Amino acid sequence: MTTCFNEMFDDGAVRAPYARLEDWTRSLPAGLRHMKQAEAEALFRRIGITFAVYGEGGDPDRLIPFDMFPRVFTANEWARLDRGIRQRARALNAFLVDVYGRGEIIRAGKIPAHLVYRNAAFEKAVVGIVPPKGVYSHIVGIDIVRTGRDEFFVLEDNCRTPSGVSYMLENREIMMRMFPDLFRENRIEPVDSYPALLRRTLASVAPLKCEGEPTVVLLTPGHFNSAYYEHSFLADMMGVELVEGQDLFVEGEFVWMRTTEGPRRVDVIYRRIDDAFIDPLCFRPDSMLGIAGLMDVYRSGGVNICSCPGAGVADDKAVYTFVPEMIRFYLGEEPILNNVPTWQCALQDDLKYVLAHLGDLVVKEVHGSGGYGMLVGPKSTADQIERFRARIEENPAKYIAQPTLALSATPTFVEDGIAPRHVDLRPYCLVGDRIELVPGGLTRVALTEGSLVVNSSQGGGVKDTWVLAE
Amino acid sequence: MLSRTADTLFWTARYLERAENMARLLEVGARISLLPSVHGYRSEWDSLLQASGTAEGFARKYGEPVARNIESFLFFDRDNPSSVVSCLTQARENARIVRAALTTQVWDVLNTAFQEMKQLERTPRSELELTQLTEWVTRTAALVRGSIGATLLRNDGYDFLNLGYAMERADATARLIDVKYYVLLPRVEFVGSGLDNYQWMTLLRALSLHRAFHWSYAGDITARKIVDFLILNPENPRALRASVEAINTALGRLASRYGRQMDAQVRAEAMLAPLSETSVEGIFEEGMHEFLTGFITEIAALSHQVWEDYLTGDVR
Repeated sequence: MTTCFNEMFDDGAVRAPYARLEDWTRSLPAGLRHMKQAEAEALFRRIGITFAVYGEGGDPDRLIPFDMFPRVFTANEWARLDRGIRQRARALNAFLVDVYGRGEIIRAGKIPAHLVYRNAAFEKAVVGIVPPKGVYSHIVGIDIVRTGRDEFFVLEDNCRTPSGVSYMLENREIMMRMFPDLFRENRIEPVDSYPALLRRTLASVAPLKCEGEPTVVLLTPGHFNSAYYEHSFLADMMGVELVEGQDLFVEGEFVWMRTTEGPRRVDVIYRRIDDAFIDPLCFRPDSMLGIAGLMDVYRSGGVNICSCPGAGVADDKAVYTFVPEMIRFYLGEEPILNNVPTWQCALQDDLKYVLAHLGDLVVKEVHGSGGYGMLVGPKSTADQIERFRARIEENPAKYIAQPTLALSATPTFVEDGIAPRHVDLRPYCLVGDRIELVPGGLTRVALTEGSLVVNSSQGGGVKDTWVLAE
Repeated sequence: MLSRTADTLFWTARYLERAENMARLLEVGARISLLPSVHGYRSEWDSLLQASGTAEGFARKYGEPVARNIESFLFFDRDNPSSVVSCLTQARENARIVRAALTTQVWDVLNTAFQEMKQLERTPRSELELTQLTEWVTRTAALVRGSIGATLLRNDGYDFLNLGYAMERADATARLIDVKYYVLLPRVEFVGSGLDNYQWMTLLRALSLHRAFHWSYAGDITARKIVDFLILNPENPRALRASVEAINTALGRLASRYGRQMDAQVRAEAMLAPLSETSVEGIFEEGMHEFLTGFITEIAALSHQVWEDYLTGDVR
């Protein structure tokens, strides 16, 4: 593997945005650093910022490792990312309204019909529906990797219910609490307006029949869910009720929640459960998490569901390849952020190339997530590669492949000092009557030396992400 | 407020109060067992199991009542739903579910206690004195209660928490008196004996009330005075009367907040009258056991009424 771009250095010299951090690390001897690290962990644990993993034994309250070394973007770098992310969020929503409507992009021959209509995430139940303000995906998480000074790529889109934003907010809180001087010396754009913006966005897409100030709720699968902390945190920060399926019911034309003062109407549901579980009458009949009849109310304009059912068809890894086409088709613009070149194993020529170059590529399942079920060619043994080859041959359409990118690295505290570790970035773009994006996002870091897998379920950690003011 | 949130807060408080009462009961057992054997009768620890309603579960798991096993069963055993560890785990899990309805301080105290509890569980049992454990529980309970009082908004959530505390305490105190009267004392001819008085004093001590008792009542310790103190005395925070008053306060606040009176308020008010009008003589005439059984039944019925009125989310 070639050497990767270290975001702190350029030709051996410290880059401007990291200059003050270099002084900071010198003022932080190992002893103090270990103390601060322990303090951070104690804070996380006391506040209860854990992700619960049930059913695997061990401590159910796990901490995501937090690295105190911030990751920094300049105002210029961010300006470009900001434009690119907003552009993508607009195109993805235009695509969703289109494919559940007339399907112009398919008639125009820009995307193969089967990729959309035979996609497992394509929801027949919402065909013909244009949700309020024409928005299907209200929170778009766009995973971005960097490979050089000015080279950014979109790795994937998350149009359903991207998670992790609570870490973006809490990482900042903890850093400000532990190192106030850093924030006095550097001019760092704040991110704490996110919950207010999220609430505003959700209220802006209230359904047709809503009168007055809309009642917004956050629907969680419950306290056994690994992201429960985030659900509870966001509901609290927004000042909305955190509900479970059992708290809601359908009566007449509306959805109601059970309160100590009797039933209260609900207008907007920010749901953190999958499509398949939200309404047992419409989707999985065995779902205990959903609300029977919800989809009828949704269809008749009595409630809005964020993100709307069916939004997942836009973030599928096979559809991903066509996002640049969407941007050109719907917006008449050239993509500001590029895709990673991708081979579709469903296509004969691509498949042939992939099978011949397995040792150099990253192969992923089209519907996979969380870093599971993937092959990182250069990091795998011949045996692992051969076993994966058999799986691809069995069902090629299930896989896509990408070149192994030389992901950028940022300085990270490790056992014996500071060392570069690979990172990615997930900003959270809010789409309602207007598009909002707080300057920052969640930086995930692969803590194992050389590793490219940043997922928290596989030993990844998180960092505070700074965007410097002009 | 979401009905489920109210329900979860109510149970958070009940579990906290239950953990504390269990710890106090353990203290009673430990002190009574220090008493020299009377007429060869030494089954105080067994009485403790009877008092906590866990005798059957214990017999199934351990067989013969041995002090160390009983302590473990009532404090640490997760198979025992009433053990201190089980109750605190439930309380903390409930609090986690309704984190947003609590302040950071309340959560912090409860969550820190939970981490300490896990530390205690890892400590070899031989290094832990029982008093050390029970004191830790009462201290934790006081910290949680204090941070609720000092930091929580006086909203409906606060009322449901207080309702949970008061109902659990009313129930537990009634059971404790009943058990003292009918279980702890080996035979009826011991009433009024040295053993009887010693047990009462131990009970007061476990409730942290022994000095308060002496301030309130002069002269000899008699069963009558103690019954008056634990049931009717309006100054005693653990007396049944105080618990029922607290229940009425919480329900009254809910009625005025929501602008409507429910059946629960009517029921709760009806429970207060006999406690403020009856004398000790009246209770002894009715029969102490009958009085207490009736009281416990009323509390259960009230609990159900609260559920129907506020926690189903179905009242129009």
